Amino acid sequence: MAMSGGVDSSVAAALLIEAGHSVTGVTLKLWGGESDSGCCSVSDVDDARRVAYRLGIEHHVFNFADEFDEFVVEPYVSAHQRGETPNPCVECNRHLKFDKLMRRADTLGFDMVATGHHARIVSRQGIDSAPVRYVARGCDKAKDQSYVLYMLDQATLARLLLPVGDITKGRVREIASEIGLNTADKPDSQDVCFISSKGGRRVFLGDRIALSPARLVDVDGQTIGQVSSIELVTLGQRRGLNLGGDEERRYVVDIDRQAEEVTVGHREDLMVSSQPIRDLIWTDAPVGGEVQVQCSAHGSCRAATIKGSEILWSQPQPRVAPGQAVAIYCDDRVVGGGVTERAR
Amino acid sequence: MARMANRVLDESRDTMAELLGAKPGQIIFTSGGTEADNLAITGVAQATGKTVICSAVEHHAVLEPTAAAGGRVIGVHPNGQLNLDQLSATLEELKGDVGLVSVMAANNETGIIQPIEQVVDIVKATAPDALIHTDAIQAVCWMDVAQLAADVDLISVSGHKFGAPKGVGVLVARDGAIFAPQALGGGQERDRRGGTQNVPGIGAMAAAAKAVGRERPAAVHRVRHLRDKLRDQILGSVADAYETGEGVAPDQRTAGMCHLCFQGVENESLLFLLEQAGVMASAASSCASGATDPSHVLAAMGVPRSLAAGSLRLSLGYTSTEADVDAAAEAVIAAVSKIRSRS
Repeated sequence: MAMSGGVDSSVAAALLIEAGHSVTGVTLKLWGGESDSGCCSVSDVDDARRVAYRLGIEHHVFNFADEFDEFVVEPYVSAHQRGETPNPCVECNRHLKFDKLMRRADTLGFDMVATGHHARIVSRQGIDSAPVRYVARGCDKAKDQSYVLYMLDQATLARLLLPVGDITKGRVREIASEIGLNTADKPDSQDVCFISSKGGRRVFLGDRIALSPARLVDVDGQTIGQVSSIELVTLGQRRGLNLGGDEERRYVVDIDRQAEEVTVGHREDLMVSSQPIRDLIWTDAPVGGEVQVQCSAHGSCRAATIKGSEILWSQPQPRVAPGQAVAIYCDDRVVGGGVTERAR
Repeated sequence: MARMANRVLDESRDTMAELLGAKPGQIIFTSGGTEADNLAITGVAQATGKTVICSAVEHHAVLEPTAAAGGRVIGVHPNGQLNLDQLSATLEELKGDVGLVSVMAANNETGIIQPIEQVVDIVKATAPDALIHTDAIQAVCWMDVAQLAADVDLISVSGHKFGAPKGVGVLVARDGAIFAPQALGGGQERDRRGGTQNVPGIGAMAAAAKAVGRERPAAVHRVRHLRDKLRDQILGSVADAYETGEGVAPDQRTAGMCHLCFQGVENESLLFLLEQAGVMASAASSCASGATDPSHVLAAMGVPRSLAAGSLRLSLGYTSTEADVDAAAEAVIAAVSKIRSRS
């Protein structure tokens, strides 16, 4: 059981024990630097260990800090450098929780791995009658985390348990309080776990790369202002552009790293009929017909079809910042996903 | 009540003084090894305003106060022993500006023994005003600290490394070794360490010290033989396994430490499987979260990070038996083979 020290994984462990599993708790040490939220701090490890004592299970800490640097932090920094808006939680799931930890579990002789994600695993009969598994939305729609699990393949899904996917967050907190877990009232983790709220993204990136100023231009190429660091600009961003007393809302509609230019336009300038993506994967077979596509953790789903490496929107949609994870759904099942590229 | 407590302190001070080759008035009771190290390093740095120097393989309890005081770090040879040429050169370079030289008696991870007598000779010749500190925390069970540190000014010792409960230690400070106290007020320990003494812990440490004084010579001989057997059994059965500190003379390792590295093995996996087999071991030093951090000691020795990731530290004690060693060797061999077959 991957235990972050939060309430979801604490209750997930309790539910597994109740279901008769023999459970060992594991907390991943991912980040050695400064942090004030999320999965990495010593106090979170302490919380996880206390929950494990309370539940009467073994608890271990695995140090994956090197891999976290390599697969999450460094790509996060270089993505910003390229003008992308990365999704580090997705990369952490892809490389740490569902690769490194899975392989570690194999080595140590565990047959299943569990996490506290709010999502479910559903199974359908495949063509050759072998079951095909999918991640599906958790039953608490407001807390659903299926989006960040789009990368799970059949081998991983067959060995994964998501014990809190069938209950609401409210019920999770009730259970935690019923069994007297000290994490019952712990707030949900927010934001990027390795970035402190004090310095934010600007300080974190500024310590690691040179931040470069860029011209702000309108869609006709006229210079209308400047931004101090192009690396911190996100496609679709509206605030912080210092455009003065502009009555109409204006958005970042393109970021050109080569030309050091940020293009600002109106909402209609953001709208596109297709969105290129890379690293497209399918949970089972590719789906040719209409699907629902979600492009951010708490964003809504939009109808589309997937053709080659493009999302063809059924209705024009705003461009998505490059580097964002894309989860493709059929109803509430995740059937695939990828990462957005810069739209032309 | 107060008299009884004072009697425990007085008698314990005498016992510790005898074990460590010091006068009773030179024994300062502390909360453990870390406090003793900090008191020596930070205390001398503050009192003298001069540079403090330590080896790269010191415990963090020495490295961190040295770094905080803006001190210098001396490298080690690939065999883990101090680079004495570099020490001499650094002392020459700093001329009279050296307050303290701190070199541990034996390393806590590898058990490799440092040439304290040569360090003393070099410091006396090149920086005669500098004080010498040795962290002897790992040495008490296996070496005669009174003899090896006879010419050392400050000595740190921790009780739980030789049978006392956790939370008690000693700093030996010879007469004339001036340092700034870190806990002020209260007047305990002749104003050198304020704060109420841990009387039961100190009494227990003295009892353990007596036992060590009595049993050490025979135990060292017996445990060294067990350790060699353990190492030979493992290295004889496991490919791509190495004893750390190649080229170190057999008598330059503490008798109770068996430190090995396995290529292609992650030590967290190894420790997990060993624990399941009832063998409690460790890898490098543990960080605050309980995770295993990469070893700064192996890095200082030039052991590649990939090999250091497979380090294993098996510690033996006075109560270790042939059966323990056989079981440990069997468990290590099985665990390494399991890990290699599954990854």
